[in-house]
Amino acid sequence: MYSASDLRKGLKIEIEGVPFDIVEYEFYRPGKGQAMYKCRIRNLLNGNVTDKTFREVDAIGEPNLEEREMQYSYNDGEHFVFLENRTYEQITLSPTVLGDQKYFLREDMTVKVLFHNDRPIVVTLPSYVEKEIISTEPGARGDTATNVTKAAKIDSGYEIRVPLFINEGDMVRIDTRTGAYSERVSKK
Amino acid sequence: MENDKFSDPSVQYSNPPALQPSSTPLSPFLPVLQLRSRVLQAIRRWFTEHDFIEVETPVRLAAPALELHINAEPAGDRFLRTSPELHMKRLMAGGAQRIFQMGPCFRRGERGSRHNPEYTMLEWYRADAGYAEVLLDTKMLLLAVAREVKGTSDLTYQGRPLALAPFWERLTVSEAFLRWAGWDPAKEYDADRFDFDLVEKVEPHLPREVPVVLTDYPAAAAALSRRKPDNPAVAERWELYLGGLEIANAYSELTDPVEQRARFAECAAERAAAGRPVYPLDEAFLAELGQMPPTGGIALGVDRLVMILADLVTFDDLLPFRE
Repeated sequence: MYSASDLRKGLKIEIEGVPFDIVEYEFYRPGKGQAMYKCRIRNLLNGNVTDKTFREVDAIGEPNLEEREMQYSYNDGEHFVFLENRTYEQITLSPTVLGDQKYFLREDMTVKVLFHNDRPIVVTLPSYVEKEIISTEPGARGDTATNVTKAAKIDSGYEIRVPLFINEGDMVRIDTRTGAYSERVSKK
Repeated sequence: MENDKFSDPSVQYSNPPALQPSSTPLSPFLPVLQLRSRVLQAIRRWFTEHDFIEVETPVRLAAPALELHINAEPAGDRFLRTSPELHMKRLMAGGAQRIFQMGPCFRRGERGSRHNPEYTMLEWYRADAGYAEVLLDTKMLLLAVAREVKGTSDLTYQGRPLALAPFWERLTVSEAFLRWAGWDPAKEYDADRFDFDLVEKVEPHLPREVPVVLTDYPAAAAALSRRKPDNPAVAERWELYLGGLEIANAYSELTDPVEQRARFAECAAERAAAGRPVYPLDEAFLAELGQMPPTGGIALGVDRLVMILADLVTFDDLLPFRE
């Protein structure tokens, strides 16, 4: 168990069996009263964010979490199969757990899988992945402005906004935390 | 050297934190430091013009005031003051009529966007007065300070108007709790629920366009204030909110040494039960308290006041040397 004074940004806690991540944290003591810890917490199972105020006297659950490095193996048409590097243990994840991350996977990519009570709940990809643009409107030659964007598709079918100078066949870097275009890696 | 503490094995020193190069540039703080300097000058001028004496009382105390939730920072064989209250009241008991003090106070473990473990407190005490007279002082002081440093008493805080004149909203704690939390803490007090509902249900609803005075606290939350003579269920204590932010705490001071000793003893027992350090009783204060005339007293957070006048929301943008 954690006590309220252990709370800080980034700490993972458990409330009624559900693991949460503290995304914002604020110490507050009203007048002569007891300390309060105003937190914004994110449900690690569904990503929902809520506000929760803890009191000095509260005991807060500590989730049983374990992070393991695994390698993406293949997609069986519906589920995504990962392999533990050392033990060759195999796990199968539904697209729901992966969310948009599923678009950025690449064969043999090393990812971090967070387990809650031995159940995989969050997959973290490398911060940046490189993907090929498979379709977009032709680029305006010489237009290097980055504040005007157009739609483009990467090989997994995911659509992103890219600058006008990007063409089909270009390799671009994508930030997996936001799903946004970051830079061009190479031209076709 | 016989008295060299550094060679005394009975004195334990924890390792001081390593000093890292700071990545915070200081030049962005210069405008707010200039504003702060003008606020401090305006405060001193107002008190001087109203016949208050500026005093300085000890910062290192053998016996900090016992309060259930306020923890003092140890400093060698003493504690850094959490407030100058007890020494200032001793001066009042000694015959002072009007005194003020502005200086550093320290509270262990308090760090948030509106809390810092060390901060500047303004306290003043007025003899033959109570919390109503101190409210009048506070109104005049804040108007004078705002007009001097901002040129107007019509402030803007975070995009919303905040008019320091002419009207201050006054709400009793019972009214506020009945309206927003659905119960009356003056009737059946529950400390835990009181603190939580104050933060979660009452404070978010307080008007922000005018100063708000939350007044007449349940007797159990009286701290060092006296009970209301015509309604002993509540104490003569108010708190001032500006823009939703708690800024000052005022009392008709408790002058009864017997009741004061009983409250300290109760607080000491509760602190011990909660596993918190229990500070020794300030016997000099208790011995002299009986000589103190009816007195109104108040503590006002200077950092928060400057923060509002500077239209900032966090101490991170106010204090250049944050821990």
